[in-house]
Amino acid sequence: MTQATDAAPARIKDIPIEAADLPAAVSGIVRGGGRMQMAYAWYPAPGRIQLRYLGSRAQRDEYFMWRCEPRGPVPSVAAICPLLGWYEREIADLFGVAFTGHPEPNRLVLHEGARPWRPPFDPAYPADAILPFDPAEGGLPELESPDVQRLPFGPVRADVVESAEMVFLYVGEHIIHYHPRLFFKHRGMEKRFEGRTLAAGTILAERVSGVGSFAHALAFCQAVEQAAGCVVPERARMLRSLLAELERLYNHLHYLGHLAHTTTLKVGEAEGKLLEERAKQINARLTGSRFLRGLLIPGGLRRDLDPRPWLSGDLESLRERVATYTTMLENTNSHLDRLITTGPLAHDVAFDQGATGPIQRASGFDRDLRRDHPYAAYGGLPLAVPVRPSGDAHARAQVRIAEIDASIALIQRVILLLADGPVRAACAPPPGSDGLGWAESPRGSLFYAVHLGPDGSLARVKIKSPSFSNWRVFPFTVHDSNMMDYAINEASFGLTIAGCDR
Amino acid sequence: MPIWTLFGLISGKATTAWPASADGDGQAGFLGFPRFDAAKCESGCADCARACPTEAITVRADRAGAERLSVDYGRCVVCQLCVEACPTGAAATSADWAFGVRERSDLVLGAQADAAVRPSAPSAPRNGFRRSLHIRHVDAGSCNGCESELQALNNPFYNLHRLGIFFTPSPRFADLLLVTGPVTYAMHEPLRRAYEAMPEPRWVMAFGTCAVSGGVAGGGYACRNGLEGILPVDLYLPGCPPNPAAIVEALLMFLDRRQQRVTGGRLGD
Repeated sequence: MTQATDAAPARIKDIPIEAADLPAAVSGIVRGGGRMQMAYAWYPAPGRIQLRYLGSRAQRDEYFMWRCEPRGPVPSVAAICPLLGWYEREIADLFGVAFTGHPEPNRLVLHEGARPWRPPFDPAYPADAILPFDPAEGGLPELESPDVQRLPFGPVRADVVESAEMVFLYVGEHIIHYHPRLFFKHRGMEKRFEGRTLAAGTILAERVSGVGSFAHALAFCQAVEQAAGCVVPERARMLRSLLAELERLYNHLHYLGHLAHTTTLKVGEAEGKLLEERAKQINARLTGSRFLRGLLIPGGLRRDLDPRPWLSGDLESLRERVATYTTMLENTNSHLDRLITTGPLAHDVAFDQGATGPIQRASGFDRDLRRDHPYAAYGGLPLAVPVRPSGDAHARAQVRIAEIDASIALIQRVILLLADGPVRAACAPPPGSDGLGWAESPRGSLFYAVHLGPDGSLARVKIKSPSFSNWRVFPFTVHDSNMMDYAINEASFGLTIAGCDR
Repeated sequence: MPIWTLFGLISGKATTAWPASADGDGQAGFLGFPRFDAAKCESGCADCARACPTEAITVRADRAGAERLSVDYGRCVVCQLCVEACPTGAAATSADWAFGVRERSDLVLGAQADAAVRPSAPSAPRNGFRRSLHIRHVDAGSCNGCESELQALNNPFYNLHRLGIFFTPSPRFADLLLVTGPVTYAMHEPLRRAYEAMPEPRWVMAFGTCAVSGGVAGGGYACRNGLEGILPVDLYLPGCPPNPAAIVEALLMFLDRRQQRVTGGRLGD
C-alpha cells in the first residue's frame, strides 16, 4: 500500500469479526509474525458501539481493520497481545465496554476518582459537563514490607516539565517497582474533534502534542484524504516530507541536549539546546511557526513555500555543527559511561509491549512507516533507517544521532527535486465515509482513524500516538534498575506526556 | 576526549543582545496574531467568525443596527484561518506577538465584547520584585508546545538567567505561578495545592491561549476553560504557544521593566 503515487490512497480492508472469535484471530496474527497496531471504539449510531482493531500480517503487508459490534462483554486479548491491553482499558474507561479476563482490569485514561454519569463518549453524555472527580480516591496498593520505601514524585515535578506522577518503590538505590501515573493531562482531545469541520480538525490535530504538531496534522489530513480518495499534488507531497523532517530535526536536537543535561554534561546540554533553537528559527523563517503549524489542510498545503533560496545553505551549516557536536558526544567517556548498558529494552519485550520509533529501532527492529508504508513523497526518496541491536540508552541516542543525518540528507534531496506546481487539491470526503492516516513521527508510529458524520463533519477521530505506545514499554526498563540511572533512562526514551494523555 | 570547556570558549557568546538592543529577538518570519481593520469589512460578512475554531471573533449588530467586529485575542490560537477566509483584506497576517497584558480586557478588540470579559482582580504591589523573579511552572494540561518554548528560555540564545528571572522547583520559593493548559479535571487539585503552597505576595500568570481561555481543548468532559474562575490572574499572555521573545517581553513588563504594548486589543509602538 502506498500513498506516494499519483493513484488515490487505497482503502483499508475492512473485515467483520465476532467478539468471541477475537482471541483466536489475534493469536493467528501474532503467531504468523504479524503485528496488531491499535484498537478503538466508536458509535456508528446512538446506542450502537463498534470496536475496531488495526493490524498487519507482515511488516510491509497492507493494513487490515477488523470491526466488531459486541452484544455483551468482549473477551480480552491483552494476555495474547500485551500491547492491546492499554487500548482495551481506554475503551472500557471512555465507552463503558466490559472486557473479560483482562490481566490489568483497572482504570487507565480516567483516574480512579472520576465518576462519570455515563461513559464520556456516549452520545447521551451531557455536552461540556466536566467529570465529577474525587482526587482523594485511587493510588497504589498498600505496602506491607517496612523495608521498601515509596517515593511519589509529581504530578508537579521540578523543572519545566509535563505533569505526571512517578511512583518508585525502592530499597536503598534499587528500584523494585516503578509505576508512572499518567493521564493527569487527559483533555479528552479525541472528543473535541466531534462536530468540527475538516479545517478546524486540522488545527486541533496540530495541538494534540505540540512538538509533534506536523506529524499529527499530517496523519489526520492523510486519513481524510483516504476517505475522500483525494490525490495530493506532487509539490505538496514533497513539501510535506520536507516539513516532517524539519520536525524530526528540532526534536532530535532537543533530545540530545536534554540527554546531556541528565548526564550533567553542561556545555553539551547548552550546545544541543542552541542547535535546537537554530532549527526552530529555521522553522519560523520558512513557515511562520516554530512548530510548523498552520500549513497542512486535507488536500495539500494551505499555501506554497519556497525553501530554495536559503534553506539548503542554512541546513548545511547546521549539519556541520551537528556533526562536530555528535562526534564530541560519542567520544566523551563520562557521557557514554552513563548511557551504555543503562535501561536495556530486550528485543522481545519491545515487540510484545508495542515499542515504536527510535525505541524499537534501538532494540533491533528495522521498522519505519516512511519506508514500509510510504506516504507523502517518501516512496520516491532514498531513506536510511538506522538500527542498533543493544537496546540500551546509548543505542537509543545513537539511532537519533543517525536519524538527524538522514533527515538533513532527505531535506536536501527534496530541495533539489522540488518542481513547480499546485500545492492543494479539492478534498471532500463523502458523508459517512472513514479513513486511516499514518506518519512516522520523530517518536514513532502515529495513526489517525477518522469517521465522518452524515453532515460531512467529523464524527469520530481516534489518535494512536507514539508516546502512548512507548510509555507502556518504558517501565519494563525501570523495574530492577537504580535511582541514579532513572533520569537518564527517561531522557533516553524521549517521551511526551501530552501525546500519550491526549 | 573532547575538552568541552574549551569548545564552549571557542564557540563564543551565543546569547542575543536583545532586549537591551532592538535587534536580534530571533523571531524572523514568525507569524503573530492577525490584525483587523474593520473599516475594510463588507456589510453582512462574517466569514472570519465562521472560520475561527475558538470563537474568538464575533460580528454583531450594535444598538444603532451597525455591524461591529470584535476579536478576543485571549481566545486566538494564531491559526490564521480568519486571514484566509477574509475576502477583503480586513484580516491580515502580522508579526505582532508581544501580547502580555495585566488586564484581560486589554486582549479584546472592539467595544462590544467588553461585557463578556470580567475585569481582572487587583494585583498585590510588586515593589521589591523588579530585579529578580522566581517562577514555579505548572502544566495543567498543555499540548507541550508551551513547555517547549519555556524550556527554550534557558537555551544559550535567550539565556533568561541574565535578566534575573529563574524557574524554581518548589512553590515555596516562587513569586509567580506560571500556568499552562486549559486545566484538566485531574490537574485542578494539584494546581490549587501548588498555589496554596506559595508564600505571599504571590502572582499568577495565565500562559498560552489554553490557560487564558481554554483554547481549542477547553470545555468537554475533561477540561475547564483556563484559569478563569479558578485562580486570580495578574498576567495574561495568549499565544499558541507564545514565542520565547513574547515570554521575555511579558515577564519584563510584569516587573515594570518594559511597557505593556497591547491595549484594547491593539499593539502600539
